[in-house]
Amino acid sequence: MTRVRSIKRSRLLSRTGRYALLVFFGLIFFVPVYYLLVGSLRPGDKVLGGLSALVPSDLSLDNYAGVFNRFSNDTTGYVWQFAGVSLAVTAIVVLGGLLVNSLAGYALARMKWRGRNIVLLLVTIMTIIPFEAVALPLYYMLSGQRNTLYVQALPFLANAFSIFLFYTYFLSIPVEVEEAATIDGAGPVRTLFQVVAPMSLPAYATVAILTFLGQWGQYLWPVLMITDTKLRPLPLELSVFQNAQPPEWGPVLAFGVLFVLPVLVVFLIFQRSFVASVASSGVKG
Amino acid sequence: MTLLIRSQARRTAPPTQRRKRLSSHAIMGPVMAAPALILLAVFLAIPFLGAIAMSFYRLQLNSTRAPRFIGLEQYSRLFTDPDISAAFLHSLGNNFTFAAVVVPVQTALALGLALLVNGKLRGMAVFRTMFFMPLVFPLALVAVVWRLIFARDDHGLLNSAISLFTGGSVGPHDWLGSSATAMGAIIVMSIWQSVSFQMIILLGGLQAVPHDLYEAASLDRAGRWSQFLHVTVPGIRNTLIFVALLTTVFSFRLFDQVYLLGQSGSVDIESTQTMMYQVITTGYDQNNIGQGAAMAVVFLVIVTIVAVIQRRLVRQEGSIR
Repeated sequence: MTRVRSIKRSRLLSRTGRYALLVFFGLIFFVPVYYLLVGSLRPGDKVLGGLSALVPSDLSLDNYAGVFNRFSNDTTGYVWQFAGVSLAVTAIVVLGGLLVNSLAGYALARMKWRGRNIVLLLVTIMTIIPFEAVALPLYYMLSGQRNTLYVQALPFLANAFSIFLFYTYFLSIPVEVEEAATIDGAGPVRTLFQVVAPMSLPAYATVAILTFLGQWGQYLWPVLMITDTKLRPLPLELSVFQNAQPPEWGPVLAFGVLFVLPVLVVFLIFQRSFVASVASSGVKG
Repeated sequence: MTLLIRSQARRTAPPTQRRKRLSSHAIMGPVMAAPALILLAVFLAIPFLGAIAMSFYRLQLNSTRAPRFIGLEQYSRLFTDPDISAAFLHSLGNNFTFAAVVVPVQTALALGLALLVNGKLRGMAVFRTMFFMPLVFPLALVAVVWRLIFARDDHGLLNSAISLFTGGSVGPHDWLGSSATAMGAIIVMSIWQSVSFQMIILLGGLQAVPHDLYEAASLDRAGRWSQFLHVTVPGIRNTLIFVALLTTVFSFRLFDQVYLLGQSGSVDIESTQTMMYQVITTGYDQNNIGQGAAMAVVFLVIVTIVAVIQRRLVRQEGSIR
């Protein structure tokens, strides 16, 4: 009992001090989020109104209607078009990425083939190269494929870091389980998807979440590859929209909310596995 | 139990079966790895080599002029041609400034926040959720929201708040537009968005520190600070190093916020431009691919050096958790 008390007492701060800090940082993190939400629900001229911008008065969905009215023909594009492009590209990258990267991770972790060690080394080296470093040469090489949907997704399907994550996770699974499946006559692909994958859901969740976050906000690549309004993903359109003259801050913020809200909702539902995923991304090494 | 029996059966399996399995590995291994490897080769390895090759050529997109080999000229221009070197060296310097501030500040802040939320207090779940929220914000949206918070004159949220707390004695400031504070503003929005990422990784580290170490320390009547310095910090040392280096690499990749705000002219570009900003404005906006590629190669060399240091340290310290 005394032990427990002394551990409690060994905290750096008193309870009140901790609450004070929690509230302080909570406000810093939350005020911009709140500002976005409230701003999207109030008349546009209130957004730049100093501190009064935080007062939740005159709430309406006018800005949202404004967004849909503004993007209502083929020249401006449609909100659902931008969202559709972002969704489609992100879905392809996440699902396709889970498939190809786990296949490669499994082949590297569990199968014996000529050249495996060299490939493993190359994959490890490639985790160092950030996409930014190859964006410009890739833009030059793929300039004929500009303004297509698939070119937005293809460069991000295979990911050295995801392969590495799958590889290390698969290594941690007891090999006996797979050998049993092999004896039962299952080939390696079937063993992976019927036996190993169901046991590796944390790895799949981690790769899915990290890939999703990176892809949903992808900005650099569409800047280079997409000029056609019809094929703009949300981040690109947001960057064009925030630049409109005269500024339309109300609808811009509503557009921002539409952009982030789905992710925020998913985050709130899956917060636990979300945090676990981010934490395990630190195991990289 | 059945697993055990089966694995024993496996060990006594006839040699032909084992050979069959190995030969199926020899074929199926490369086949299963192929899709990812081909994609990595096409979209990462080849453009990586392409960047090096392109940096030796005078190269434009949609140009009638044929690419011209000019050797290392575009590298020497980065440091000697005033038209290019001024902006490039500025960008390089800005990247280092950004890293020099963000790496220590963000790592320390992430550690402080991790300590703060690591433990049971009523309402902690709500605070944690608030802390984690910015993480799901795409950088383009972060830039837009903070652009408004930092807006000049007294319409901006920050200026208005400062004026309230100082009783109006401190006048409004153009945070993004003035060269003195523009980088600071970019730093603030970047830390706001990503500090919880580092915080979560450090939280994992904190929770892996064996609890009996704290018990032992408190039995030894170690003070709070002494516990923090002698138990907590050594316990998460590897994680701290990892986080610091991860943040360094992130720092050098800085692009989205600067480019987006630069497009709308709402930020002082000279004091905020980065290497990636130069790569894209030179290579894409000015259609000077070769020169941009040379910048990308320099960028890559720096990032690689950081990554190699990271790996060295990690390997010295054993596995990181």
